[in-house]
Amino acid sequence: MLAVKKTMRIEWLLAVRFLKEGRAQSFFMLGGVTMGVGVIVFLTSLITGLQRSIIEKTLGTQAHVVMRSPDDEARRIIKPDSTLSVSANIERRAQRLSSILQWQQIMRELEKRPEVTAVSPLVAGPSFAIRGNATKSVALMGIDQEKYTRIVPMASFMKEGEFRISANDAAVGTDLARELGVTLGDKIRLQTADGRSETITVAGIFDVGIRDLNRRWVFITLRSAQNLLDLVGGVSSIDVTVRDLFKAEVIGAQLAQQTGLTAESWMKTNAQLMVGLKSQSASSYMIQFFVIISVAFGITSVLVVSVIQKSREVGILRAMGCSRRRIRHIFLLQGGVVGLIGSLLGCGLGALLVTFFASTARNPDGTPIFPVVLEPGMFLIAAAVATVTGILAAAAPAVRAAKLDPVVAIRNV
Amino acid sequence: MSDMSTIIQLADVRKQYGNDGVTTEVLHGINLTLQQGEFSALIGPSGSGKSTLLNIIGLLEQPTSGVIRVSGRDTGTLPDEELTKLRGRSIGFVFQFHHLIPAFSALENVMMPLMLEAGRPTPLQRERAAALLTRVGLADRLSFKPAKLSGGQQQRVAIARALAANPPLILADEPTGNLDTAAADEIFKLLFEVNQESGTTFLIVTHDPRLAKRCRRVIELVDGQIVA
Ligand SMILES: Nc1ncnc2c1ncn2[C@@H]1O[C@H](COP(=O)(O)OP(=O)(O)O)[C@@H](O)[C@H]1O
Ligand SMILES: [Mg+2]
Repeated sequence: MLAVKKTMRIEWLLAVRFLKEGRAQSFFMLGGVTMGVGVIVFLTSLITGLQRSIIEKTLGTQAHVVMRSPDDEARRIIKPDSTLSVSANIERRAQRLSSILQWQQIMRELEKRPEVTAVSPLVAGPSFAIRGNATKSVALMGIDQEKYTRIVPMASFMKEGEFRISANDAAVGTDLARELGVTLGDKIRLQTADGRSETITVAGIFDVGIRDLNRRWVFITLRSAQNLLDLVGGVSSIDVTVRDLFKAEVIGAQLAQQTGLTAESWMKTNAQLMVGLKSQSASSYMIQFFVIISVAFGITSVLVVSVIQKSREVGILRAMGCSRRRIRHIFLLQGGVVGLIGSLLGCGLGALLVTFFASTARNPDGTPIFPVVLEPGMFLIAAAVATVTGILAAAAPAVRAAKLDPVVAIRNV
Repeated sequence: MSDMSTIIQLADVRKQYGNDGVTTEVLHGINLTLQQGEFSALIGPSGSGKSTLLNIIGLLEQPTSGVIRVSGRDTGTLPDEELTKLRGRSIGFVFQFHHLIPAFSALENVMMPLMLEAGRPTPLQRERAAALLTRVGLADRLSFKPAKLSGGQQQRVAIARALAANPPLILADEPTGNLDTAAADEIFKLLFEVNQESGTTFLIVTHDPRLAKRCRRVIELVDGQIVA
């Protein structure tokens, strides 16, 4: 009882004591902030987790930026307009696939950039995979194994065997393996439309989680693909990953300018997805904004009542040498303290809610549908926003308290 | 005009209430000087302007016109911050209805003017507050909240609080108005003793003629004018 904290400034002492005295009011304000922050934390970690897992899944099999030859781009634009199948044929004959010729030098340049984390050459093109009398249309993926796995972690997708690409060894997807009826060690003949062919041995079978890719991708060496696709000395594209994946578009543009190639970021490739994610984020921000506003209104209205109830105390304090400024601070502090404590409780509540929610929402195999993302940064931001909101919400009541006429308070008992 | 021992000087102080059309003048040109160590009663019928005058002297209320000097210093142009400081240092208040802060103990209430002056509580303040509460006979009530004290006890706490910053002037507005005769006598005796001990100037509003008679100086206010 006697204990008065020596270090506590008088404004703090009064603010805390007033809050403790108005127990029910403080409880309601705290409850409001706690629930508001809880909802914000819950929503943020839910959406962050959801979006992150969607992006992870999407980028699991994609580079952040794909660099291509500009005439490849031009041809792709022209092609639909060319009504004459003859001219299209001639063009295809003249140059099956346009390629990047000085790719080694370009790759060295790209690797030098600090924002680039991995660079990998790719020779891609269509082919047939033949086994016995089964023929399937596939996509050849000619890669440098060591470089490619730094962009797409193929080792983690392997179902059987290993991701080992060499002159003989290749990797195919689970669906293609089933359709062709091959297992590890079996041979497949690859044959292109203009008759070039090569035989490979299945060293690994992968499942990247996307059926179409499991059915079409066949990984072989860069050299084999160049031979099959008549691209000797060139590559069809260069895959790039960057440090900050949301800067992929900007960095891609810079890389394009630097190299004279065209760049397509994952954001453009997945424009639909990006629009979805953005509008999801926008609606989440909207909800959060209104939650903050209503919490602020709650604090303001409770404090306005509290100022009226405390007008006698305010008058006494003013008579005893408490300036208007100090009175204002006392009420601002009350808002700030409520905001801070409420936000701490709210962070706990939100974390609890999201953990519980994540534990109930599981895939059939028991793994969580989305990972819970509880970042310290989010808690810090929530606490800061709630504290500032508390102080701002207390502004009007605080000004009102400071304007109180001490005489009126003292005369009217 | 003011010599060393003049604490408060009022010159032609007027106070009007109301602003749109209907104004009533409550104080009509008050001239008053309080000397150091004086123990004065302010008497007069109800509604004669005693409380108004006291609040103006206490710098809680601005006069409509006229000059108030505290220790020779004109207070008319001081901003709130300065006025508050001067009030805290120079003037102690005792109100009719005790006006303690319910959330704080007796000790903390007495410490309040000191905490406000220093910005934070200190052990020295606590010592002084405890000594003052002992002086007014409440040594065993230090940690009591106001609600746990009787009316007389609350008024003692208020007196101890008024004394805390050791102000040269204490203004008391009907400090015994709410107490029974025995308690009122006790309080009056206490105020008188403090005046004797420390030379603090007192201006006490009362309409108890029995108590007024015991004061050395009696100022009578009728209809906003000093008549005696
Ligand atoms: N804020 C105010 N507005 C208008 N009239 C007031 C106000 N305060 C006091 N009065 C009037 O001033 C007169 C003097 O009041 P007061 O100083 O309280 O007298 P006393 O203390 O002698 O009873 C009364 O008529 C009262 O109604
Ligand atoms: Mg009165």
